[in-house]
Amino acid sequence: MREVMTKTMARNVFYGGSLFFIVVFLILSAHSVRYVVTQSTAHAELTDSVARGKHVWEKHACINCHTLMGEGAYFAPELQNVMARWGVDDDPETAFEIMKAWMESQPTGIEGRRQMPQFNLSDDELRDLTDFFIWVNGIDAQGWPPNEAG
Amino acid sequence: MKYQTQKIAYWYFLAAMILFAVQVTGGLIAGWIYVSPNFLSELLPFNIVRMLHTNSLIVWLLLGFFGAAYFLVPEEAEREIYSPKLAYLQLIILLLGTAGVVVTYVFNLFEGNWLLGKEGREFIEQPVWVKLGILVAALIFLFNITMTVLQGRKTAITNVLLLGLWGLSLLWLFAFYNPANLALDKMFWWYIVHLWVEGTWELVMASILAYLLLKLTGVDREIIEKWLYIIVATALFSGILGTGHHYYWIGLPGYWQWIGSVFSSLEVIPFFAMMSFSFVMVWKGKRDHPNKAALLWALGAATVAFFGAGVWGFLHTLHGVNYYTHGTQITAAHGHLAFYGAYVAVNLAIFTYAFPILTNRDPYNQVLNMVSFWLMTGGMAFMTFVLTFAGTVQTHMQRVLGENFMDIQEGLNLFYLMRWGSGLCVVVGAILFIYAQLAPRKEIIASGTTESEGA
Repeated sequence: MREVMTKTMARNVFYGGSLFFIVVFLILSAHSVRYVVTQSTAHAELTDSVARGKHVWEKHACINCHTLMGEGAYFAPELQNVMARWGVDDDPETAFEIMKAWMESQPTGIEGRRQMPQFNLSDDELRDLTDFFIWVNGIDAQGWPPNEAG
Repeated sequence: MKYQTQKIAYWYFLAAMILFAVQVTGGLIAGWIYVSPNFLSELLPFNIVRMLHTNSLIVWLLLGFFGAAYFLVPEEAEREIYSPKLAYLQLIILLLGTAGVVVTYVFNLFEGNWLLGKEGREFIEQPVWVKLGILVAALIFLFNITMTVLQGRKTAITNVLLLGLWGLSLLWLFAFYNPANLALDKMFWWYIVHLWVEGTWELVMASILAYLLLKLTGVDREIIEKWLYIIVATALFSGILGTGHHYYWIGLPGYWQWIGSVFSSLEVIPFFAMMSFSFVMVWKGKRDHPNKAALLWALGAATVAFFGAGVWGFLHTLHGVNYYTHGTQITAAHGHLAFYGAYVAVNLAIFTYAFPILTNRDPYNQVLNMVSFWLMTGGMAFMTFVLTFAGTVQTHMQRVLGENFMDIQEGLNLFYLMRWGSGLCVVVGAILFIYAQLAPRKEIIASGTTESEGA
């Protein structure tokens, strides 16, 4: 191998090749950003309420129990399609009612059942969170998840 | 210890080991909540425990990397660290930030505050002020190490190490970018998460491994450094576009399914190369280094990284498979063995190698250290197996048959019980490891009697 490739050659291949792949990756990234904005998330306007709902989702660290689009902890159900699972993805008012009832009943305290904390969300926060999930439900994710179970 | 400033590494390694203990304890609690869901449910909910588990892991691995740099750069550059004061300042900033994170998470302080409250994106939940602290610490580190290297001898090991550390610090900037559009958020979030663990961190790992093999085997530097470049080339060539395997189902274009599948399959290559390279160097090497435990950890890291990151990664990386396994216990299985093999073990290898040198003594407690290796490695392997079985059942029931998540989880209890048992082994191993490093005891393996040790 020593005759085939010297250390200097190996180093140059490493630097040159890496630079090439970084450039390709950045070009594809730029295209992907455009695709997200103009196609996969163009289904509905990203309202202030959706943005605020994302913040509600974040400040309570929901991702550390649930998954969202398959990413997160695997302790609690997938939530990208939760609105579809509840059958309310086109009915924000009912979605809000169910969400409110659900969040208020936590934690159930049932023995041997995984517990969700009580987050004491205000009605405004609940509405924002609901809007966020309805918006997320509409993202075109190449057909994932495979079914309603998420 | 050839250079006085190498001593800085001692404090980094010590801090790292304390956080290591915190991390595995968090894991043990989280694992127990799986078994007995009402445990601590009001006091310390699962999401908080998991944040402590993952965040302390990341911080201690980084502390280990920084410490490794402070340890090996003086020897490689053949000069003292540019400014020991800055190095200690960096450590203090990191430790203050860590303490702040723990208190913020556990007592849920400043919830929702833009500067002081936790941010809720997975693994980068730290409050903004801590993120800024990490950035400042990273900049201090880069300045300090770069000045040291620039004024001294430049080797392939320091080149690759610096490139990895510069890269991971630059990528950290994406922690400050959080778009309201979830798909964009996720896309750039992976710039940190994937390009750290399957990009820049691999450079750090490979250079630490190369340094250890250079010292432990006595093989010619020219050969080791050539292979180092070849290995990190394959790591970045596959790893950068391999990011695509996270871009299948988060609202990005369909072409990522092919790019991700092809390039992430190639990510097995650098790990296979690291493993083969390590064993070949040990066979070729003539040196009979007295620190057998360090050699065991170095070889163990390369081997378990190949299985955890390479084999278990490939297991679910093809998009046709990933469509069903994405976000199940399969991912958890892979994550545990990959992090343990690639990054935990390489850190423990450099700790084991460096501690006797830093404390100016012979390599004590080697048998104990090797016992801890087998306990931890055995525990992690078993954990990976049971989670893989759990994930397989979950994938079939949930993704193929479409049954309810919670119902399936209840049926997986036996797996979670066994996972907890294997986690307990890991914790015992971790405690033994820390004890073996810190407690001075005469128990040395004499050279020449090691044939039967099988290490």
